[in-house]
Amino acid sequence: MKPARLRPLAQALLLPVLLVALWEYSGQQEWIPEGLLPRPSSVLATWRVWAFGAGGFGLNPYSGTWGPTILFSAHRVALGFLTAVAIGVPLGVFIGWSRLTARMVDPLIQGLRPIPITAWLPFSIAVFGIRDAGAVFLIALGAFYPIVVNATHGARDVRLNLVRAASMMGATRSQLLLRVVFPNALPAIMTGLRLGLGVAWTAVIVAEIVAVKSGLGYVLWDAYYVGRMDVVLADMVSIGLAGFLSDQLMLALSALVLRWKQYQK
Amino acid sequence: MTALICNAIRKTYGAVTALENIDLSVAPGEFIALLGPSGCGKSTLLNLIAGFEAPTSGALTVFGETPHRPGPDRAVVFQEPALFPWLRIWDNVTFSPRLAGKPRAAYEADARRFIDLVGLTGFERHYPDQLSGGMKQRVGLARCLLMQPRLFLMDEPFGALDAQTRLAMQELLLHVWDTMKRTVIFITHDIDEAIFLADTVYVMSARPGRIRSRFTIDLPRPRQIDMLADAGFNALKRDIMHQLRD
Ligand SMILES: Nc1ncnc2c1ncn2[C@@H]1O[C@H](COP(=O)(O)OP(=O)(O)O)[C@@H](O)[C@H]1O
Ligand SMILES: [Mg+2]
Repeated sequence: MKPARLRPLAQALLLPVLLVALWEYSGQQEWIPEGLLPRPSSVLATWRVWAFGAGGFGLNPYSGTWGPTILFSAHRVALGFLTAVAIGVPLGVFIGWSRLTARMVDPLIQGLRPIPITAWLPFSIAVFGIRDAGAVFLIALGAFYPIVVNATHGARDVRLNLVRAASMMGATRSQLLLRVVFPNALPAIMTGLRLGLGVAWTAVIVAEIVAVKSGLGYVLWDAYYVGRMDVVLADMVSIGLAGFLSDQLMLALSALVLRWKQYQK
Repeated sequence: MTALICNAIRKTYGAVTALENIDLSVAPGEFIALLGPSGCGKSTLLNLIAGFEAPTSGALTVFGETPHRPGPDRAVVFQEPALFPWLRIWDNVTFSPRLAGKPRAAYEADARRFIDLVGLTGFERHYPDQLSGGMKQRVGLARCLLMQPRLFLMDEPFGALDAQTRLAMQELLLHVWDTMKRTVIFITHDIDEAIFLADTVYVMSARPGRIRSRFTIDLPRPRQIDMLADAGFNALKRDIMHQLRD
């Protein structure tokens, strides 16, 4: 890496490193009780056992379960998110394109949107029970709103001249939808997907705390109950990391799909 | 058969009368320019011919048929290029035959020929946003050429270009037209451009838009830049200016 790029990185890391160092130091000096806020070094040690320790029925029930735990959550996020994409993108594009669809569907969506997914929890448990389907439902619902709203906007602001250009070249209505309106909406759709994936990670934690018995959200609450604040913190960092990595993945996908965007002034 | 007939065309938008009593007859292969101040209804007339909108009253036929919707027999070159920014130049140019489901072999040779004709060989894999304004307009021209339309409709296509690029584009268009001899309806508010390009210039007046007078331009073809300073050119320009002023 060139020094010129190193400098912003150093600037970005300065504050976090200082905070962690201060935190570690206050822990060592016993200014903060270890049981309330474990030091970074103990959190790291806990995480190593959680991630790489031997499994089975040892004294530590978390030993070696980190990988499967993350996978449980990631799997639910993937299912819920893909469901939201499969419904939200086509529906959003259609709402943006067709006035009739907009008049019929948009008020329903806007009416349901102010109900936060947390308020759907009892409903979801009543309908799906303490099972995966409930978690997936909540994730899909949470991710659906930003996805559908952005797709609608993207499809709605297609320039009249692009539609005219395509129709003078012989485009039928369905060709207009697929080859002009949809690609025109793609930048907005990608923004919606990114927001939706963020919501999906929030939703999976909430759902796992309440509605299922595995995953990062379940471990978070379970560890809190048995007083394992070190596991709670390691879990929080893991959630952050998973969210960050999936966001980076979305960014990379965006850059790939919207290659032409980089030339726009 | 006559390429275009407008018979007592009228177009209103609410209380605004954009066009009033437009009569026009264009022969196949003729290059006509519609000249008038901005807001006089030039684009409106072109949109009616293209089939983007319908006249309020009056009859309009293109090669004997009334256009009810836009179609590839009437190619439009827009003032702002209206290219698809997500498609590469090659895909923009070949959009029409691909919509029609033609196999690549059916249009590839022509597409290469027209891209070459407008001087864009080597830029096929670029995106529109990588090109200058003049180059984008040439893409817009190439995609229309590939449609092999019966009518070219051009709405101030060079209006946004700088003087030098504009002149180069005018020469290119003349060159293309000399080889194809298709009917062209060319809209402009630039007197020089109208005289330099067209066989016939129609001068329009504003509010409501009407056709005020018709000038036959009998300058020889192929037209050369030098003609822009000819005595014959200037005499025509003076006549047309008088028409535009009052
Ligand atoms: N869609 C529309 N709705 C209302 N008025 C319009 C519309 N299109 C054009 N007009 C009006 O019609 C007149 C002619 O417009 P236009 O054809 O664009 O002129 P030009 O192309 O000669 O500059 C203008 O007064 C304009 O305001
Ligand atoms: Mg205009």
